[in-house]
Amino acid sequence: MSSETQKILTTDGIPLEESLKKAEKKNKIKAFLLVAPLLLYLLITYIFPIGDMFLRSIDDKMVTTMLPKTFKAMEKWDGKELPEEEVFEAFYLDYRILVKEKSFGKLATQLNYEKNGFKSILKKLARKQKKFEEGNYKEQIMKVHKRWANVEYWRAIKRRAPEYTYSKYLKGVDMYENEEGKIVQVEESRRVHKKLWLRTLEIAFFVTLLCFLMAYPIAHLLATLPMKYSNLLMICVLLPFWTSLLVRTASWMILLQQQGIVNDFFVWIGLVADDNRPEMMYNKTGTYVAMTQILLPFMVLPLYSVMKTISPSLMRAGKSLGGTPFVAFWKVYFPLTIPGIGAGCLLVFILAIGYYITPALVGGASGTLISNQIAFHMKSTLDWSFASAMGLMLLVGVLAIYWVYNKLVGIDNIKLG
Amino acid sequence: MSKNNEFVKFDKVDKSYDGKLLVVKDLNLDIAEGEFITMLGPSGSGKTTCLMMLAGFETPTNGEIYLDGNPISNIPPHKRGIGMVFQNYALFPHMTVYENLAFPLKVRKMLKDEIDKKVDKALSMVSLTGFENRMPGQLSGGQQQRVAVARALVFDPAVVLMDEPLGALDKNLRESMQYEIKHIHESIGVTVVYVTHDQSEALTMSNRIAVFNDGKVQQLSSPDKLYEEPVNSFVAEFIGENNRFDGEVLDISNGVCKVKIGAGEILANPISVKSKGEKTTVSIRPERALINPKDKMDNSHKGKIEEVIYHGDHTRVRINLLNNSEFILKVPNSSQNLDIKLGNEIDIGWNSVDARALDPK
Repeated sequence: MSSETQKILTTDGIPLEESLKKAEKKNKIKAFLLVAPLLLYLLITYIFPIGDMFLRSIDDKMVTTMLPKTFKAMEKWDGKELPEEEVFEAFYLDYRILVKEKSFGKLATQLNYEKNGFKSILKKLARKQKKFEEGNYKEQIMKVHKRWANVEYWRAIKRRAPEYTYSKYLKGVDMYENEEGKIVQVEESRRVHKKLWLRTLEIAFFVTLLCFLMAYPIAHLLATLPMKYSNLLMICVLLPFWTSLLVRTASWMILLQQQGIVNDFFVWIGLVADDNRPEMMYNKTGTYVAMTQILLPFMVLPLYSVMKTISPSLMRAGKSLGGTPFVAFWKVYFPLTIPGIGAGCLLVFILAIGYYITPALVGGASGTLISNQIAFHMKSTLDWSFASAMGLMLLVGVLAIYWVYNKLVGIDNIKLG
Repeated sequence: MSKNNEFVKFDKVDKSYDGKLLVVKDLNLDIAEGEFITMLGPSGSGKTTCLMMLAGFETPTNGEIYLDGNPISNIPPHKRGIGMVFQNYALFPHMTVYENLAFPLKVRKMLKDEIDKKVDKALSMVSLTGFENRMPGQLSGGQQQRVAVARALVFDPAVVLMDEPLGALDKNLRESMQYEIKHIHESIGVTVVYVTHDQSEALTMSNRIAVFNDGKVQQLSSPDKLYEEPVNSFVAEFIGENNRFDGEVLDISNGVCKVKIGAGEILANPISVKSKGEKTTVSIRPERALINPKDKMDNSHKGKIEEVIYHGDHTRVRINLLNNSEFILKVPNSSQNLDIKLGNEIDIGWNSVDARALDPK
């Protein structure tokens, strides 16, 4: 009895499981081949660059490879007193090669990041080392500049020994590792990034909220109007979608600038004085207005697709059972739209948190977001590893929001249509 | 306590959606307290519109509806206290069965104990005790239907409206639910207004049936009267099966009229014909015409059997009678041995009382 139930055989005597596997194998291979191009595409354009970004953000090999002998000699040094002669000798030998190859400037830049004042003493050393005699390099180097006798500078060099560093991530949140190896905040006047992160979150939050408040009635109207009108309204919602992002942002610039149409209108109806036109652009207001308008369809569409599936008889049932229109809406209709609200808010928030073009054009100084800072480091300071670090932090932040959302609402509660 | 015969009253109600077409025309209908009344009619006949006006989701274009003597046109649906069972049940999918049933009680600010008691009672009434924590999606169609009925009754409304509530169920379930709803109605004595396009459903369940067509009530009477004594050819055609002869009145006297139809003359009961020369449609129920009648009947004709269809408990015989090849007879499958074979000529007879001369079609 039990042996019969253990394994079911087909009529040909092959175990059923095996037979099923064989029969399904071809289909599985077919299915895999169908998704293979996409998988490859994702791998090349997504997974690989993110991995590369990560490596770049923690990469600190440059100094390590420039001073190989020095770091080897420094292994034994405890960093309390000035290092021994052999460290000085190794440093001299490494540095001589760099001077010969004319690449000592890079080292100077890197070490100067670590401690101010390295640039000048390294330049001086490059000049003076040509006349160095063999032996007793400690004396000779210390004679070049009194800072070479300062143990702080040698500690700074040692700090750059590891091939990998998380200093870029610390910098992303306005912190750094000080000489004692403690993680501390930078001075108050230089804390730019924390402010940017907070502003990014704030703008993304309020843009999501504004989008939700505006999209909900629109979506409801779309879902309940007769076909004839709802199609027209749908086109109105989608029309901006079909227009280039740049064009839309540029048109907001025309509307919002101080001599722009909105201001003209305000002056015309007497809301503001002609010489006291409010600035609605190159600040947060501009970013709010333009981003809300641009991201609105991303909220309307998921809401609409969910509302479309809610039978109007549910509201009627709510009312016929004695609920006031508000109770029927709040207890019956609204809970059923939550999957759409979740989808729309998540979509808009994630898009808003990484938004770039619009804040760059209309945001000015007070309306820019973290993505603009990333772009700034990519293009202007060429500190790609820092840009990568911030990009990754943004990515992790988005994933964290997704995770929290999943915990609170449940990702299977999302409905896009 | 005397029954109020005008518990619900439609008084000269008109309804138009577009200002061009009347969906409901001059509707006058009194519904007694505790009555089970069915609005029956083909789709588009205005019956659902009447129900929606009573529930408060549509407003009458003209006229007034009274509930227990009070005009209700200006009362919003949630204040009317009318229970409703919707076509697709309209259970709240995000609430459990208990929450669905508690909804009308909670909005009435009842206490938790009282709510529990009422929900329990309503669920046991539809024999769904123990299903409190299920979601509607986890119930079968029949169970959802019961929940919908329980929810419409749980807050003790004076009137319950049902809009084709059994439309989505299969045949067997529909029939058992018909009896169940009928029994619930009988046991609690609530006034039920039921809308359906299924005549057998209407005949089984109702105290009275209002047959709707073209925005008007064609006939309002009890099921047996409706079937036996239709007042016009639409009702005769719509309710049950019907054999039709179109013709012209030749003579009318002593409550019997002679009607000339294409190939001969028949005697009929003049219902809506008054004088000679009028056009008329004569309607005869299939079971009222007999084969080889033993007793003398005042209509007797010969017909040729064209088709015999076996139906289990009875056999349907299609006969060419007086040039009408659609004449149907129902012969019960009893031991009686009749010579029913294709092509045979047989005698058919019926009494003139059962041949109702109605308005021409």
